[in-house]
Amino acid sequence: MRPDEISAAIRAKFPQVKEEAGTNYIIVPKESILEVSEYIKNPPLSFDNLHCITGIDRKEKIEVIYTLYSIGEHYGVTIKINLTSEDLNIASVSAIWKSANWLEREVYDLFGVIFSGHPDLRRILNPYDWQGYPLRKDYSNPQLIAKPRL
Amino acid sequence: MDATQTKDIYTEEFLINMGPQHPSTHGVLSLELTLDGETIVECTPHIGYLHRSMEKIAENRTYTQFIPFTDRLDYVASMNNNLGYVMVVEKLLKLEISERAKYIRVIIAELNRIASHLIAIGTFAQDLGAFATPLFYCFREREKIVEIFDQLCGNRLTYNYMRIGGVLTDFSRDIEEKIKKFIKYMRPKVDDYDWLLTYNAIFLARSKHIGVLSKEMAVNYSITGPNLRASGVKWDLRKDEPYLAYDKFEFDVPVGKNGDAWDRYKVRIEEIRQSLRIIEQAIEALPQGDVAVKVGRIHKPSPSETYFRTENPRGELGFYIVSDDSVYPYRLKIRSPSFSNLAVLPELVRGLKVADIVCVLGSFDILMGEIDR
Amino acid sequence: MVVIEKIPGAELIRKVPGGGFFLTTSESFLKWGKASSLWPMTFGLACCAIEMIATGAPRFDIDRFGAGVFRASPRQCDVMVVAGTICVKMNDCIRRLYAQMPEPKYVIALGNCAISGGIFYYDTYSVTKGTESLGIKVDVFIPGCPPRPENLLFGLMKLQEKIRREKDAAR
Repeated sequence: MRPDEISAAIRAKFPQVKEEAGTNYIIVPKESILEVSEYIKNPPLSFDNLHCITGIDRKEKIEVIYTLYSIGEHYGVTIKINLTSEDLNIASVSAIWKSANWLEREVYDLFGVIFSGHPDLRRILNPYDWQGYPLRKDYSNPQLIAKPRL
Repeated sequence: MDATQTKDIYTEEFLINMGPQHPSTHGVLSLELTLDGETIVECTPHIGYLHRSMEKIAENRTYTQFIPFTDRLDYVASMNNNLGYVMVVEKLLKLEISERAKYIRVIIAELNRIASHLIAIGTFAQDLGAFATPLFYCFREREKIVEIFDQLCGNRLTYNYMRIGGVLTDFSRDIEEKIKKFIKYMRPKVDDYDWLLTYNAIFLARSKHIGVLSKEMAVNYSITGPNLRASGVKWDLRKDEPYLAYDKFEFDVPVGKNGDAWDRYKVRIEEIRQSLRIIEQAIEALPQGDVAVKVGRIHKPSPSETYFRTENPRGELGFYIVSDDSVYPYRLKIRSPSFSNLAVLPELVRGLKVADIVCVLGSFDILMGEIDR
Repeated sequence: MVVIEKIPGAELIRKVPGGGFFLTTSESFLKWGKASSLWPMTFGLACCAIEMIATGAPRFDIDRFGAGVFRASPRQCDVMVVAGTICVKMNDCIRRLYAQMPEPKYVIALGNCAISGGIFYYDTYSVTKGTESLGIKVDVFIPGCPPRPENLLFGLMKLQEKIRREKDAAR
C-alpha cells in the first residue's frame, strides 16, 4: 500500500481524521487516538510496530507525532496529534503497543504531555525531582548557557 | 515443614541497586532489582545518567555544526550515526550525492559495524566470565579498523567524516589496500571466535535459553537490529528499504531461531561475515568521481519535516527533523535503537538469577550514550 | 647493575659496593611503590571509556605502567579516571564514589567533558561543567575529545611523576 492509500483507508473508517496538506501525515483528534490505534494495530492495516513518538513545541500548541511501521507489510504511517497548551492530556497507547511505555515517558519528561492511563508515568531522562520541561521553547535554566548565534 | 517451624523462618524481598557504576552495565545504567534470594522478582531500569540534552543542542546548531554531536551519540559506531544524520538532512534538502560517495559510505559504515560488533562480542564474553581474553582479541581486531579510520579522518573514535553532500576526504590508494588486507585478515579471525567462543560448552550453558525474546514481543516492543533478527524476524533496512547502494550488493540477513542470548550473539558473528562480504564487493566495484557535492556549510531548507532511519549496528537509528525558516533545525528528535531495546529488559529478566541479568544485558548490546542522548 | 639506571627514581638509590641490595629512604620507597601500582576504577561514563578500554587492550597495554588492574569497587582503587561527560543526574554518584575511595587517592580528568563540559558546554541544561565544579580536586587533566590512548598513558606517567615528587609521602 502506498502512503496515500493508507491515509485514505484510515480516513474512510474515521471521518474525523484529516490529512495534513502536502504530506501523507494523518491528523487525529486527540479524543479518537485510542480507537484509531486499535483499528490500525489489527489487520487489515496491521501496524504492529510503534517506532517512535516525537513531541514538537509549536509555541501555541504541542504536536505529538507517532511513527508507525508494519514489519510484515513493509509500509509506514505518521500520525499527528495537536494539543493546545491549556490541555496537555492525551490517552496513552501503551496498552496497545508496549514500546509506547518508555517513548511516552520521554515525551512527558521533555514536553510535559500527560498520557492518561499510562502505567508508570514518571520522568525518565531527567532526575525525578526535575522542574520544568526542557524541550519547550520557553524553557530556561541557570545551567543553560546559550552559544552565541551566527 | 510444619506450621510451627515455618513461623520462625522469615523471608522478605530484598532490594539492591545495580549501577550506575557497575562493570557490567555497559555505561551508567542503574537497575533497581527486587530479589527473592537469587531470583529476580522485579527489575526497574533507571536511565538518564548520561542525558546530555543533544536534542536541545541541535536546536541551536546549524545543520553542519551538529554532525560532531552525532559522533558522540553512539560512540562505538560513530560513522553510522554520522551517516544517519547526514542522510536525513540530505533528504530534507533533496540532495543527491555521487555514486562514489555512496560506495565509500557503505564501506565505512560496514567497517564500523564490524568494529561495533567486535566490542559487543568482547564485552558480552567478558560479562559471562571469560575474563579479558575475548575482549582483548576483539580489541586487537578493532584496532585495525580504527587505524584505517585514523588515517582517513584523523581521529580514533569520533570521526566527523560524513558531510552533507558526501564525505570529508577521498580514499587514498593506501587505504583501499589496507581495507583489502583487513578483509583477508578478518575472515579467519571470525572463524577463530567460532572455535574459541561460540560453541564453548561453558559459554553455551551460560547463554542458551536465557532471556528468550519471542517474535511478537520483539515487534511489539519495537526492538530493532540484530536483537530483532535473533528472534527470527527477517527485517533489515539494508535489504527491506535499501538506502545508499545496498541494493547493489549480495548479502544475507542472518536470523536466529530462539531469540535467546546466544542467538543474539550468533547473529552478530554472522553479521560480521556479511559485512565483510559487502565491503569486499563495494571495494571491487568502487566507481570513480567526486566524493562530495559542492554545497555550502550553511543550509536553509524550506519549512518541512521528515523522518529517516538507517540500520545501525544496534538497530534502527531514526532522525525526525523539523525545519523552519532559519539555518537551525526547529526540532530534531533522535530515535535511538538502544532506548527501545532496553525497555524490554524488565520483561525478560523476571524469574532469572542475578548472574543472568548480566548475560541478557550484554547480549542486547546497549549503549548509554544513545539511550540517554 | 645496569637495570638500576633505567628504573624511575634511580637517582634516589645508592649502590653498595659489591652488594646485592641497595639503600634508599623509606619515603621514596613508599612513593615508588605507590606510583608503580596505580589501580584505576572501572568508571566509564561516555565516549572516553572506550578509549580507556583500548588503552588497557593489547596494543597500548596499560599494564606496562602498573595501572592495568581495573577494579570495579571504589574501595580498592587508587585513581579515579573520570572518562566522559558528567551529567547532573550523575553528580551525587561521582561525589559518593570519590568519597568511598581510600586515601591516597588521585583523579584523572580524561577528555574535555570531564575537564569543563567540552563540546557540551553550551546550550545544555543537564551537563555539569567539569569535575572540579563538583569539588573534586583533579590531579591530571588530559584534553582531547576523546584523548588518544597515548595521551592517557602520558597523563598516567605525569601522575606517577607527581606522586614521586610528593612532599608528604603519607598523603
